[in-house]
Amino acid sequence: MNSKILIRGARLLDPAQGLDAIQDIYVADGHIAALGGAPEGFEADEVIEAAGLCACPGLIDLRARLREPGDEKKGTIASETLAAASGGITTLCCPPDTDPVADSPALVKHIRGRVKSSGNRVRVFPLGALTRALDGEHISEMAALKEAGCHAVSNADRPMANTLVLRRAFEYATSLELPILLRSEDPWLSNGIVHEGTIGTRLGLPAIPAIAETIAVVRDLMLAEQTGARIHFCCLSTAGAIEEIAQAQQRGLPVTADVSAHQLYLTEMDVGHFNPHCHVRPPLRTQRDRDALRAALASGVITAICSDHQPHDRDAKLAPFPSTEPGISALETLLPLTLRLVDEGVLSPLEAIARLTLHPARVLGQALGSLEVGAIADICLFDPQRHWTVTEQGLLSRGKNTPFLGWELKGKVVATLLKGHVVFREEP
Amino acid sequence: MTASNLQLDEQGRLHHFLTIEGFNRRILTEILDNAEGFATVGSKQMKKAPLLRGKTIVNLFFETSTRTRTTFELAAKRLSADVVTINIAQSAVANKGESLLDMLHNLEAMHCDMFVVRHGESGAAHFIARHVAPHISVINAGDGRHAHPTQAMLDMFTIRRHKQNFADLKVAIVGDLMHSRVARSEIHALTTLGTGEVRVIAPKTLVPPAVSTLGVHVFHDLREGLRDVDVVIMLRLQRERMEGALIPSEQEYYHLYGLTEEKLAYAKPDAIVMHPGPINRGVEIESAVADGPQSVILEQVSNGIAVRMAVMAMALGRQPGTEREAQA
Repeated sequence: MNSKILIRGARLLDPAQGLDAIQDIYVADGHIAALGGAPEGFEADEVIEAAGLCACPGLIDLRARLREPGDEKKGTIASETLAAASGGITTLCCPPDTDPVADSPALVKHIRGRVKSSGNRVRVFPLGALTRALDGEHISEMAALKEAGCHAVSNADRPMANTLVLRRAFEYATSLELPILLRSEDPWLSNGIVHEGTIGTRLGLPAIPAIAETIAVVRDLMLAEQTGARIHFCCLSTAGAIEEIAQAQQRGLPVTADVSAHQLYLTEMDVGHFNPHCHVRPPLRTQRDRDALRAALASGVITAICSDHQPHDRDAKLAPFPSTEPGISALETLLPLTLRLVDEGVLSPLEAIARLTLHPARVLGQALGSLEVGAIADICLFDPQRHWTVTEQGLLSRGKNTPFLGWELKGKVVATLLKGHVVFREEP
Repeated sequence: MTASNLQLDEQGRLHHFLTIEGFNRRILTEILDNAEGFATVGSKQMKKAPLLRGKTIVNLFFETSTRTRTTFELAAKRLSADVVTINIAQSAVANKGESLLDMLHNLEAMHCDMFVVRHGESGAAHFIARHVAPHISVINAGDGRHAHPTQAMLDMFTIRRHKQNFADLKVAIVGDLMHSRVARSEIHALTTLGTGEVRVIAPKTLVPPAVSTLGVHVFHDLREGLRDVDVVIMLRLQRERMEGALIPSEQEYYHLYGLTEEKLAYAKPDAIVMHPGPINRGVEIESAVADGPQSVILEQVSNGIAVRMAVMAMALGRQPGTEREAQA
């Protein structure tokens, strides 16, 4: 049963309408029924008092591992969708590198079924595998994947070495109008652990040069131009790749890109003396790269920020650095880290919210990420002034692995609505 | 957490010895001075000092080693400590952090005072130091490509015995710097001790790209790089490096970077030649040089005992001349 909800007195931040104003939100039948004044005959079943809070469209995360099926000790669909809802995320894409790989309709349906049976807190878009078993050699049954509910395809973190297969995969996906989410990386140059530069030299760790990303991005841009594929680059880390993408966009190529929130704050120096929480792929780069990522975010070359959430069990980080597993538990820090860019003068409030809502919705071609009347009522309600400290106990994700432990962040989600249902509400 | 405060206790005294990076000149000089005190112990009739009587030291070798393991063992024994050496080949334990930690906690439960660790992965010694009980000292006996700080200190000790003042010296390190933990530690030690000029000589494929940020000059030509140097440190070229795209062949490497008498002549006439061992004769150095009058390679080995005694004693709060206190 859909209840009628009134959210009273919140500051609306809706980039889709260019709206930044205090207005009441009326929710009925899972949609935004009205803004400002009540629609005729509206009787709220529930009133959420939101004076002093901000309301924005529910966040859309283009890349988050849920770890199910295959690695449930790190996270389950139940644990990670709860964490996502508590972070204000209403839609997320999970890469296909589950075990088994999401290269079949059966597995995609299984994931969607588990989301439903786990409380249905978040809209999960499983990304279909671009190649069978992500082997980079055989294109997957993309039509079947699309029918099963995939809105995009991806080869997750497995590099595509074979250019011919990549071209065919681009062409095939394009004929099905499926966007392709790529994490471009040259397989031979990326056989390392940290950025090739000061840190790799100091710590004697095998290193990944910046050109491992740039070379692959250049190749993929050329193939995109050749095939007309709709390419979205995920988790960029280098100034070089951004420059190439900016030039391609200027030529009119419809390519888009995102960056993970942690790449906007951390650099290779944060690896320090083997801090395993800073072991990530792509690796943390230089300050120059970080600044270029921020500039690209401001200029619109990069339009989305993702969490690149990768929860781990404790043991995954309890080993000498090269044996630790890469990745950060990041769902619950996505919003506050993005809001911090506003305080640091990188983005305006509306621009910041757009990079978590409107733009990722466009990448997926979905009518989401808006608070317009008639839109699906996915809403994130947060307290923009609330300071909180990241602690292991405070995180709902099964993964406590984050380099932001101990950081004081500003902005805390108070309630999350998915299709007009309250799916998360902060304990009073 | 910085390396220096992980390695020092609250009073600023040596607790762990993981990497040279972060130590100041005072501490490095203190190690060298203390090693001088111990250098005489080995040559005496009675080879023991009772400084670490009652202490238990565990040598944990996850990688095979003869020289380093033996000199650590001898150093501990000459300080009268009880020593256990555990050789763990590249087994499941060596590669799994969890069981590695379990093993450490088991050893802790046996009331050990010090772990001497050699491990194939960079950062292993830091990892262990972070997770052992606070009273246990960890000495890094080589971790991956990262650091081998006692080797670097015994090389500094050897240099100081021959050359005295670091500020006047030109030192060249030749060979596979990319994969060498010895070279990384030596560079930090040499620059911290104020060495006049540190050069590295190797083909570009064997030099870490950001090595100049460590304060060294890079040369690709051996003769040019050796010109007027006081100390030549040769590095071992591991045979598996030749399988990749790093160097084309042993012959070509020897032709360009093998130290021969002819090439050594470019260095100062009284230059000393060092090598951390084991030597690949005919690959990085010719026998005439390795066994020649300028070679101090065997001296390095015996100095290794004194330096390791100094580091172990300092980490466990003892210095030469404090025997009485230790006995009391």
